[in-house]
Amino acid sequence: MTTTAKAPVLVVLQLSGGNDYMNTVIPYNDPLYRDYRPRVSIPEDQILPLDDEVGLHPSMRPLHEMYKQGKMAIIHGVGYPNSVRSHFRSMDIWHTCEPDKTGTEGWLGLATRELDPLKENIVTAVSFGPCMFRALSVPGVPVACVDDLETYGLLTGIAPEPQRARILERFAQTYSPLIGNDEVMKYLGATGLEAMQGADILKVAPQKYASTVKYPETSIAKKLKGIAQVHLADLGSRIFYCDHLGFDTHANQLPVHATLWNDVSQAIEAFFADLREHNAADNVLLFLFTEFGRRVRDNGSGTDHGAGGAAFVLGDMVKGGQYSEYPSRKAEDLTQGDLAPTIDFRGVYATILEDWLHVDAKPIVKGSFEKPRFL
Amino acid sequence: MAREDIALMAHLMRRAGFGASREELEARAAKGYEATVEELLNPDAEPVDRLEFLRYHPGFWKPITSPGMGMAAWFHTMLNTKRPLEEKMVLFWHHVFATGQSKIDNWHELISQVDMFREKGMGDYRELLIALAKNPAMIYWLDNCDNHAHAVNENWGRELLELFSMGVGNYTETDVREASRAFTGWTIALTPPRGYYNRWDWEFEYLEEDHDDGEKTFLGHTGNFNGEDIIDIIVQQPACHRFIARHLYNFFVADEPQVPAWQTTPPRDPQAIETLATAFKDSYYDMRSTLRVLFNSDFFKNARFARIKSPAEMVVGIMRLVGGFEFPGPGIGNLAKHPTYMGQELLNPPSVEGWHTGAEWINSGTLMKRVNFAASMLGDLSRPGIQAILNRIKAQGDLSPEAFVDSCLDLIGPLPVQPEVRQRLVEHASEGGTLSWGTPQDVSTSSKRVGEMLQLIASLREFQYC
Repeated sequence: MTTTAKAPVLVVLQLSGGNDYMNTVIPYNDPLYRDYRPRVSIPEDQILPLDDEVGLHPSMRPLHEMYKQGKMAIIHGVGYPNSVRSHFRSMDIWHTCEPDKTGTEGWLGLATRELDPLKENIVTAVSFGPCMFRALSVPGVPVACVDDLETYGLLTGIAPEPQRARILERFAQTYSPLIGNDEVMKYLGATGLEAMQGADILKVAPQKYASTVKYPETSIAKKLKGIAQVHLADLGSRIFYCDHLGFDTHANQLPVHATLWNDVSQAIEAFFADLREHNAADNVLLFLFTEFGRRVRDNGSGTDHGAGGAAFVLGDMVKGGQYSEYPSRKAEDLTQGDLAPTIDFRGVYATILEDWLHVDAKPIVKGSFEKPRFL
Repeated sequence: MAREDIALMAHLMRRAGFGASREELEARAAKGYEATVEELLNPDAEPVDRLEFLRYHPGFWKPITSPGMGMAAWFHTMLNTKRPLEEKMVLFWHHVFATGQSKIDNWHELISQVDMFREKGMGDYRELLIALAKNPAMIYWLDNCDNHAHAVNENWGRELLELFSMGVGNYTETDVREASRAFTGWTIALTPPRGYYNRWDWEFEYLEEDHDDGEKTFLGHTGNFNGEDIIDIIVQQPACHRFIARHLYNFFVADEPQVPAWQTTPPRDPQAIETLATAFKDSYYDMRSTLRVLFNSDFFKNARFARIKSPAEMVVGIMRLVGGFEFPGPGIGNLAKHPTYMGQELLNPPSVEGWHTGAEWINSGTLMKRVNFAASMLGDLSRPGIQAILNRIKAQGDLSPEAFVDSCLDLIGPLPVQPEVRQRLVEHASEGGTLSWGTPQDVSTSSKRVGEMLQLIASLREFQYC
């Protein structure tokens, strides 16, 4: 169990598309790695070794550093039984913890409800989308959905500012709970005012922000910077969610994957540097996951959808190292040509929920699963 | 032109279409309400030319898995159609027969499915169901290609009864099984992929040797039923008539509780449901005849602003009103994503259950998106539709703040608002005094004031309804 004096904060970075496990955490001493991937393997002298068996993709130097400092946990072989190789369905399963039917409640929406059942802080959960993620979606649970923090807000198309302020005032008046007598109008009224309050609360974040850290000019760095700004503004936000697209590397994997991890790693490096500069890193946990890993054999240019993947947890309070087991690459151990998962993702969630956010995991992940002990 | 005629016509066009400009409302009101209903049911206008769209977006021809472009062609049709009720029926059936890219992984097959809804959606429901049972996207979506005589898969059989025709509580588990048996052999032909990651067009195939032709007992009838026989029995069931009636009511008349509650929660207007169910049955399940009864009924005419707009209705309605989006320019893929940001990804409903409608479209994220979208569109004075509204206001000469507000509310809708809300709008307008157009400076100031007033109206709660 890990406790900090400040309330623990979770940041989720979803790698969308199915990040290729075997080229991210590379079993470089296994001859099968090169056998399976004549066209799509990483040259040995470029790999960043973690130990005698596995190493990281060369683009992940900042994360390699964090691993050496003991601040990164790698969870091997994450997945679930009867892996679905469909992006949307598999992502839904990760979001709702329902592998066998269509779930409608997101695991982090449920966690948000546990953290703030009375909705005392409507920016407890912030999604850097622009859409809402299903992981956060539970009816009645407010989530602030931000695309660009600088321009976030209601009626942002209206400029200049004094004009907009007047209009927003009118808006608030027309949404008054005293106007309108039926349930739906009341609900619209409450929701509109919540949205406005949320925007008002969040908009101070970029205004209060000052830092020497320079973030790269990438979309993922922008999202992490926005998250940093809100976190540093001390608004009580506990759960942040964002994603980075493009991991579906069926073709042209080597250059594409390298760029993706370059962007992600540098963004994470800037993010933690920023938090450390403000002494605000020790209560932040960053969780990286993907909806499935990819096939062991390449297709000549890239790889196709697989099953077991890797997840990463980073932060000052993390017990760095490797957890669970790298699935066997031997042909007889593969399922339909894919790495068989060795740990259920719901166990990873359970560790985060119970040992970081201090909420009961069972009702959220709907069962008891082996918890990797990275906290 | 009587104000009530315009208001009633606006209501009809919002429901049976995606709204209409004041010009169109006046033209239609001149022809009369019943005549307009007839025209909507049997439109003369040419359909939107898909080839025109392809000419500018050849990559769309087989969009396969690329998101955004997937629904662009349908979006283009919705923006341009002069056969609006036909297009609303496509949206209606997409809600009911919800099929999603999350599993189909092939936009082209989904577009083909909604094209089939366009072709058959206003005709005979029985024929539509048979076409649906043979639709390759639907077969794959509900696993009927895995439904074999020796190993029955009940997914399609169940959803056909539960979600597409009758509703929970009107059949037994045995009925589900027997219906599923009857549809064995209704599958998709195996085809080689066109390229590495491309898709061959999917075709329906009936495999006689995989069909269970044994005796089945379904809803009290016995025989060696095949799929068509099952559908023949279904359409005769009063439960089916009421089910379709209730769906039509929810989509065209007023927000109902959601489908999962239908077994336990009665309709808000049982008499209306009976009327529609009877019309459906008496016409031998003809959608046009049923819609005719619906649009000419008092319960419809009186149900003003009784529904929360779906994201598709919000986005398409506003874009048609402000105008300038008719040409399939670059970026149409991005425009087609606006309903997604508001919670409705077209061609990708969250499950076969479809979307939850009405108040469930609204949460703090979606409401902000809806308000921001509407306000930014309606406040854009450069748009042709807004110019048209501006000119109609200008034509009235100097206006007091009250008249200014009332004129905006009229031309945007007409949109009735609570007296307290109107009061706030009048207070806002009063800050600028009389709206006048005498000097070029006046024109500039007044135009801006109109834009701002339209933005404020677009952000109102009332604007979320249709």
